[in-house]
Amino acid sequence: MNYSSVKDKAINFSFVAPAVLIFSIFWIYPFIYTFILSFQEYDLISPARFVGFANFREIFSDPMWGKCLYNGGFVTLWALTFQNVLAFMLAMAVDKVIRCNKFYRVVFFILPVLSEIIIGILMKLLLSTEPAGRDVLNNLLSNIGLGAFSQNWLGEDRVRIVTAIVHCWKGFGWAFVIFLAGLQSIPEQLYEAARIDGANAWQSFTKVTVPLLMPVITLILVLTILGTMQTFAMILALTGGAGGLTTVPVMYIFFHVRGNLAGLACAEGLILGIILVTVSFTMFFVSKLVRNKYGVLSR
Amino acid sequence: MFRTKNMFFAVIIIGIIITVSILGCCPAPQQAASNPQAKQVSKKITIWHWMTDRKDTFNELAKKYKAQTGVDVEFMLFFPPDIFSQKVIAAARAGNLPDIFGILGEKKTLGSFVKAGHILDLTSYMQQDNNRWQESFYPQTLAVNIFEPANSYDVMPGIYAAPIDTTVMQFVYNKSILQEAGLNPDNSPKTLDEFIDYAKKAKEKTGKDGFVCGFGEGWLLHALATEWAINIMGEDKFVRTIKGEVSYTDPDWIEVFNIFSKLKDSSIFVSNIASLNNKESEDAFSRGKAAFSFNGSWAVNVYNQLNPGLDYSFFSLPTASSKFPAKIWGGAGSSFMIHAKSANKEEAVKFLKWLTQKEQQIVLIKETNNLPAIKGCEAELPPKLSVLIADLFNLTHPNIWPKNEDSRVIEVFDSGLQQIVMGIKQPKDVAQEVQNTKDRLSKK
Repeated sequence: MNYSSVKDKAINFSFVAPAVLIFSIFWIYPFIYTFILSFQEYDLISPARFVGFANFREIFSDPMWGKCLYNGGFVTLWALTFQNVLAFMLAMAVDKVIRCNKFYRVVFFILPVLSEIIIGILMKLLLSTEPAGRDVLNNLLSNIGLGAFSQNWLGEDRVRIVTAIVHCWKGFGWAFVIFLAGLQSIPEQLYEAARIDGANAWQSFTKVTVPLLMPVITLILVLTILGTMQTFAMILALTGGAGGLTTVPVMYIFFHVRGNLAGLACAEGLILGIILVTVSFTMFFVSKLVRNKYGVLSR
Repeated sequence: MFRTKNMFFAVIIIGIIITVSILGCCPAPQQAASNPQAKQVSKKITIWHWMTDRKDTFNELAKKYKAQTGVDVEFMLFFPPDIFSQKVIAAARAGNLPDIFGILGEKKTLGSFVKAGHILDLTSYMQQDNNRWQESFYPQTLAVNIFEPANSYDVMPGIYAAPIDTTVMQFVYNKSILQEAGLNPDNSPKTLDEFIDYAKKAKEKTGKDGFVCGFGEGWLLHALATEWAINIMGEDKFVRTIKGEVSYTDPDWIEVFNIFSKLKDSSIFVSNIASLNNKESEDAFSRGKAAFSFNGSWAVNVYNQLNPGLDYSFFSLPTASSKFPAKIWGGAGSSFMIHAKSANKEEAVKFLKWLTQKEQQIVLIKETNNLPAIKGCEAELPPKLSVLIADLFNLTHPNIWPKNEDSRVIEVFDSGLQQIVMGIKQPKDVAQEVQNTKDRLSKK
C-alpha cells in the first residue's frame, strides 16, 4: 500500500464513516446488546445477572407467548389476504385512467402515514359503545335504516376480527402504493402484444400482470408479515389487549419491558426476530423457486 | 498483514463497530454534577415529576420557597408516567438523576434503585428531634417507602422517600341515580349482595348502567380483587399465597374469582368494561352513565374538573364475607426520593421537609384535591375527601406486604379476571392458570 492509495481510500472511507458510526450506534450496538441481555436477568437498574438460557426456557414454557403469536398470526393472515387483495384491486383501479386518480392516491396513502395510536383512539371512539366511545357507527347504522346491524363491535366475540380489519384498513395504503408502482412499471407494449395475440383481459392479467408483478408481490407479502407481526400501538390503543384476546407479541414484550423484565423481553424480541427472518427468507426462496419454475424473469 | 487495502479498511470499520458496542455496553462514568467533590454545591434543586395536575401548584410553591430561603427549586414535568419512568431509569444508568425525583412502579423497583446506590436513606433525617418528621406522616403512607430489617428485597433497612400525598381506592356512587331509582342516596350498600341488588335496581329503573370501572387497566381489577381476597381469607392467608404456601386454587381464592363471575352474570357492568381504561371510566361516571364505580381518591379532582355538579359519595368495599375485616387498597400516593449522589442532598432534604409541612400540604390539598400525607390537615379537607381520612388507618398495598407477587403471575391473574368479566373463562380455570404460572416461575 503506497501513501496516496491509502490517502484516497481514507478519504473515501471518511465519507462512509458517519453512516457506519450511526449504523453502529443505532443498529449494531442495540442488536448486540439485545443479544447479550437475552441471556441475563436484568431489571434495568440493578446489575445484570447471567442466567444462561433461562429466559428462552421460560418463553417456550409460557402458554401466553404462544397465544400472542397466534393473535399476531391471525391479524397477519387477514393482512396477507384481505388487506393485500384490497390494495391490489385499488391499485389496479387507480392504474387505469379513471377520474380523480391522483386524489385517490393521496387519500389511500393518508392512513399509513397517520400515527398508529391516533388510529387506535379514533377507531375506539367510532366503534365502541358507551361509555368508552360514542356509538358513532351504531348511530350511523340506525340513522340510515340499518339499525338491525348495530352491535357491540369490540365485544369479546368479535374484538379479534375487528382489530384485524382495523389493522388492514390502516395498512392497505402501503401495499397500494407499492402495487401501483409495480403496475405502472409494466410496459404497455406487453399488453398490446398480448391483445394482438388474442388474449382477453383475464389472460392478460394472469399471463402478463401477475408474472411480472411476482417480485413486487413477494416484497409486499414479506413486508406485510414483518409489519403486522410487529404492530402493537394501534391494538394497545384500540383494545388494550382485551384480556389476552388481542395481545400480540410486541405488546407482550412491551408489557415485560414495562415490568422491568428487560432480559426476558430481549429474549422474546430475539425469538420473534428469528421467526420473522426465517419466514421472510423462506418466502423469498419460495418466490424464487416459483419464478424459476415458470420462467419468469425478475425485473 | 492485510491481503488487500479493502480488507484493511474493513477491519477499521469493524473496529469502530466493536468499539462503539463496547463503549455503549460499559456503564457511564458518574457525571461531575453528581460528585460532591467535583463541583461546588449550587443553590438550585432540580425535581423531576409526572404530576400534570400539580404543575402550577408546584411552581408556586417553588417561588414561595425561593422567597423564604433564597434557594431555587425547579420542578420539571415529564409526561406520561410511562415515559417518566423510563426517563428516570435511563438517568439512573447514565448517572444523571436530578436532586429529587419520583419512582413509579413496584416496591421491587424502588429496592433496585436503593441497592444500586441511587437513593438517599432518609432515616436519620426522619428521626431527628425525636422522630419529628417521621411522626408527622400517617404511618401507612410512609410505610410504602420503608424497607424493614430482613426484607425480601435484600435492601438495607431504612426510609427511602417522603410521601407528599396519599390515595385510597374506594367505591363511589352517583346519588342522583340512586334517588331516581327509588333508593336511599344516603344509604350505601354494605354487602356484595346489597351492592348487586342496588346496581341492578338502578339499571332497571333508570336505564343507566350499574357499574363502570377501568378494568382494561389490570391494576384496578387487581386492587379490587385484593380487597375482596383479604375480606374473604384475611391478610395473613393472602400473604401466604404470595409466599407460595397457599394455592390460588384454594376454595377461598375460587370464591374471590367467583365474585367477578357473579358480577358479570348480574349484568350490571357497562359494555366492554374489560377494555375500558380508568380515564374512560371516570368520564363515563362523571357524565352520569353508571350508578357505581371503583376509583381512587384522586377522582375528587377528576370529577370536579369533568362535572363540578356531579352528586356523588364514596363508600367502603361491599363485603363478600363476614369472616375478616375489609382492608382498603391505598397508601401509595406520590413520593419523592433524593438522589444519594446529589451535590445538593442536604438542601434537597430541607426542601422535602418544607414541602411536607402542614402549610404546604394544605396548599396541595386545596389546589389538587388529594389526601395529605401528614396528619393535622383534616380540618382543611373538602367534605368529599374528609370521609376518606378514617381509611388511612386501614390500608393495604403491595408495598407494605412482606413479599410481592411476581409481575408475571399478576399479569395472568389480571388478564384472567378480565376474561371472567368478559364471560370467556370460568373462575376455576383462571385460578388454575394463575397457579400454573406461579408453579412454573417458582421452579425457575
